[in-house]
Amino acid sequence: MAVRVEMQDFDVGREIATLTTGRTDIGAIVTFTGTVRGQAKGRAIVSMTLEHYPGMTEAELARVEAEARARWPLDASLIVHRYGELKPGDNIVLVVTASRHRQAAFEAAEYLMDYLKSRAPFWKKETTADGEGQWVDAREADETALARWDEKPGT
Amino acid sequence: MRDAVADRAQGPMRMTLLYFAWVRERIGRASETLEVPERLLTVADLVDWLRKRGPEYEAAFQRPDLVRAAIDQQHVKPDAGIAGAREVAFFPPVTGG
Repeated sequence: MAVRVEMQDFDVGREIATLTTGRTDIGAIVTFTGTVRGQAKGRAIVSMTLEHYPGMTEAELARVEAEARARWPLDASLIVHRYGELKPGDNIVLVVTASRHRQAAFEAAEYLMDYLKSRAPFWKKETTADGEGQWVDAREADETALARWDEKPGT
Repeated sequence: MRDAVADRAQGPMRMTLLYFAWVRERIGRASETLEVPERLLTVADLVDWLRKRGPEYEAAFQRPDLVRAAIDQQHVKPDAGIAGAREVAFFPPVTGG
């Protein structure tokens, strides 16, 4: 039930503990962590810079989270997205979903990732060893991933 | 919430424009506040008007289909009305996650 946009790294174990300590109603916790790849189109990446739209980013993430909670019986959820300069291997994004049963937690985590990738106002710029920066293009596959949720009934 | 009375205000509309990622780089600034003629009705009208402001805007908007927009921090389509908008943002398709 929270979204955070921040420069600092996150600790997955600590985030789960914060979300679930003292809770005995939860039976399933799913986490997704997105990390920086060291290669793009066959070229080595030395850093990735994430720009975002302060204010709108938090609002969009909260909207996406609210939609997931309306669709699945989640007992807890969290989205953390970093911005600023990151290195290969660094964490970028964390999604945690918790529910009584695993299916809701798995599906809601995928839904959150699909929607935040298409709606949260972040832009990635990759820098190669020669110092050249390249904005990452949006992938058509991400739009295709979104479309599958239209076919499923709400709630 | 939009104020219906403000939507019908006379004269130029004062709005803050924000630019992100390569739209920001091509225009050469992250934000500006402009007096926008009231005859401009939609986001697409605003883009056409901006393109005539100079080569940096033309460079940013030469492929309007590659530029997305938000009004007051909500995603909108090119045909969205801009009357009453306080903040209009232009940016490439998002690539977070």
